[in-house]
Amino acid sequence: MSATTHDETHAHGDAHEHHDHGPAKGFMRWVTTTNHKDIGTLYLITGLIMFFVGGAMALVIRAELFEPGLQYVDPHFFNQMTTLHALIMVFGAVMPAFAGLANWMIPMMIGAPDMALPRMNNWSFWLLPFSFVMLASTLFMDGGAAAAGWTLYPPLVLQTGNALPFTVFTVHMLGMSSIMAAINIIVTVFNMRAPGMTMMKLPLFVWTWVITAFLLIAVMPVFAGAVTMLLTDKFFGTSFFNAAGGGDPVLYQHLFWFFGHPEVYILILPSFGIISSIIPTFSRKPLFGYSSMVYATAAIGFLSFIVWAHHQYTVGMPIAGELYFTYATMLIAVPTGVKVFNWLATMWRGAMTFETPMLFAIAFVVLFTMGGFTGVMMSISPADLQYHDTYFIVAHFHYVLVPGAVFALFAATYYWLPKWTGHMYDERLGQLHFWLTTISVNICFFPQHFVGLAGMPRRIPDYAVQFAEFNALSSVGAFVFGFSQLIFAYVIYKAIKGGVKASSEVWEGAEAHGLEWHLPSPPPYHTWTEAPAQEIISDLH
Amino acid sequence: MKKTLQLLAGLWSVLWGVAIAETGSGTGVGWGALNMPAGVTPLSHDIHDLHMKILGICVVIGVVVYGILIYSLIHHRKSKGVEPAKFHENTKWEIAWTIFPFLILIWMAFPATQAMIKVYDTENSVMTIKVTGYQWKWRYEYLTDGLGKGIDFFSSLDAKSNEARQLGSKIDPTTVEHYLLNVDNPLVIPANKKIRVLLTAVDVLHAWWVPEFGWKKDAIPGFVTDGWINVEKPGIYRGQCAELCGRDHGFMPIVVVVKTEEDFKKWVDGQKAKQDAGKLDPGKMLTMDELMSKGKEVYASNCAACHGAEGEGMGAFPAIKGSKVATGPLSDHVKLVLNGKATMPAFKEQLNDVETAAVVTYQRNGFGNNKGDSIQPADIQALK
Repeated sequence: MSATTHDETHAHGDAHEHHDHGPAKGFMRWVTTTNHKDIGTLYLITGLIMFFVGGAMALVIRAELFEPGLQYVDPHFFNQMTTLHALIMVFGAVMPAFAGLANWMIPMMIGAPDMALPRMNNWSFWLLPFSFVMLASTLFMDGGAAAAGWTLYPPLVLQTGNALPFTVFTVHMLGMSSIMAAINIIVTVFNMRAPGMTMMKLPLFVWTWVITAFLLIAVMPVFAGAVTMLLTDKFFGTSFFNAAGGGDPVLYQHLFWFFGHPEVYILILPSFGIISSIIPTFSRKPLFGYSSMVYATAAIGFLSFIVWAHHQYTVGMPIAGELYFTYATMLIAVPTGVKVFNWLATMWRGAMTFETPMLFAIAFVVLFTMGGFTGVMMSISPADLQYHDTYFIVAHFHYVLVPGAVFALFAATYYWLPKWTGHMYDERLGQLHFWLTTISVNICFFPQHFVGLAGMPRRIPDYAVQFAEFNALSSVGAFVFGFSQLIFAYVIYKAIKGGVKASSEVWEGAEAHGLEWHLPSPPPYHTWTEAPAQEIISDLH
Repeated sequence: MKKTLQLLAGLWSVLWGVAIAETGSGTGVGWGALNMPAGVTPLSHDIHDLHMKILGICVVIGVVVYGILIYSLIHHRKSKGVEPAKFHENTKWEIAWTIFPFLILIWMAFPATQAMIKVYDTENSVMTIKVTGYQWKWRYEYLTDGLGKGIDFFSSLDAKSNEARQLGSKIDPTTVEHYLLNVDNPLVIPANKKIRVLLTAVDVLHAWWVPEFGWKKDAIPGFVTDGWINVEKPGIYRGQCAELCGRDHGFMPIVVVVKTEEDFKKWVDGQKAKQDAGKLDPGKMLTMDELMSKGKEVYASNCAACHGAEGEGMGAFPAIKGSKVATGPLSDHVKLVLNGKATMPAFKEQLNDVETAAVVTYQRNGFGNNKGDSIQPADIQALK
């Protein structure tokens, strides 16, 4: 389906730049491509497919939890579902989708002809499909897939059957892919900005991705190392995490969360960038507090490295550790608050319109903030002794990841889809998608706060009857949410196939908000082969 | 657009209306499962107060932030014909909304610190209980002289819940009393005594959590963690394992019966008598039928979770039906049960000699294995 887009792109590109060469034909185009737009498309489609795969797993979970008692799946399979749902959503849906946006948009936003390292770009994408096929294959192995949760805590994860090494190798491959993508983004942004595009003129999306890329390079090796230690503990007689051999299972948790906490910001920082692009456009005002946005992002990135053990308040750390991690974690609220206030100030006295991207961006601000509030509550270590490992936590991180990261991806897709395809998407369907999604996501996750506080642990396939009503409600929300996403897929398909032609500006006044709106819609196969004019860059705000 | 907004606002207030109306009913059934219980220990009160305080602060900030947003959404829209303003920074405001949240955080940090110091103060306890997590049951050992020293037992999901929770059991969980929150042998403790709880595990991570006591703590194999409780009023308090520990993580509840000092003493005496009576005469010979029926019980509560109710095995867990162990040499079979292997736990301490003899005999003669041999409790001791 995307081939059509690019055939049109090709024609369009030829019309504008006659010495330009277009994409190769057929399937091999996608295998051998080094074009940032092609690779961006591949990433985005992969993200969308994995979103549905991970979503199907979530629906298995919610179907089993619809009422008390075990109706459909064995508890061991249930645990495989929670584990794979998380791994696939994090590494298969959200991260590739952000990488796809980075590939498509960063060169167009900074006035560069392509990514700095196009062949490596191809490899970093093509590692992904193989990783996910390998991960999915573990479901059919003796003993089933890993069932210890996405955190893969030992000693439990060492009870995994044949799937363990394959799960570990999947993590290695995903890590390689992410690190290469991160290096590529950093090198591109540092070296290939058009003249006049200074660092403090970069769109926030580019800034947030640069900081994300540094986080990725810093923490993916730690995760790869930790899971390799699992592998040697299981197969080569080491005892890193085995007390009987002088090791410590909690060591793994420290290593994991040294990766895992920055990882959750890897999932949210590019969202901040997207929202910071969309709100100004539809408020018809410049972004409020650009430089404080940059500093706040950097501050969040820094803090993400020094708060990891707030995921482990119950492991019995010394009290000095508990208190340190409490204070450090609470600090995150400050730069995050700055961001939310800046978005509000951007909307303040603007002239807002509410097209689908803006609706998702506003819902992001509202619902991500809700996740932020529960985050502050959880940072308080004594209170977390109650919240930890309950549905309160499940509600919190789904609020920041679904109406957070995923809504930002929806917003980004609607925002840039006319640019990518050259066609306006169906606004009526987009709004329908927005309302169904926003209402159902709250029906799904809001009640989980209640059952969590009242004592329902997470990662259980069956529960005491006093939790039944809210769980049933939550499952109804999950199913409506899941099926609403088919509308999203259809809107994308429809826009690729045709529709009202989009202008190069697409959104009223968008030209002032970024270089991408100075390119035709769809942009030619190769863009900014000549740097954009100085006055275009100096007029940006 | 306006209509949909109104609809959304309506739904929201209905949800919150339900929430507020039901808060009074605490952790009862139905829609009442809403908030953290205030609990029955000094720590649980402090933590509940802290939770309500931070929640209150968040609600106030939320009302302000969402209020500003809603005002802006209503008034600053293009359809109202407004001209967008041009401002894009304001140093005073930016400093204000950096400093102000910071001050609120400091205000929150004080009670948080005080509460945490209290949580960690396990000194001056009068009684110590060791809790050990097993896949998937708890073991309770009383360590304090005069307060039940020597009492040592396992606590697993009660039989009724266990029957109802099987896939396709056709038993309605609402008909089971305290479904999934009931055990065969509850932990019994005296009220109004500071009790130190030591936690550890033998196989994987577990976490011991009774919400009414205010905290949970991980049980880590090879390490000991601790916490304390001082329950103000006698009663029955229920909780669950809170750290994913494998297939039956959802099925290892915790029940604590808190008694007055007098009743606790009576329970201790009764429990000791029971424990002594349980020590069967090792010389006693059991018939094949006795071994088989006892073995069936032991199998159901200890082995079936992994090896299947019919010995058919499950994924990585091997079948017992037709297995080399169950049809091979008797002493190897007994030793495997006693000492465990890889992910299979050692049952040496979990099962007494009678139970071990019975379950081994059952495994060798049930599931169509029909090996024909059996072992007596007296012979188990020799293999330990």
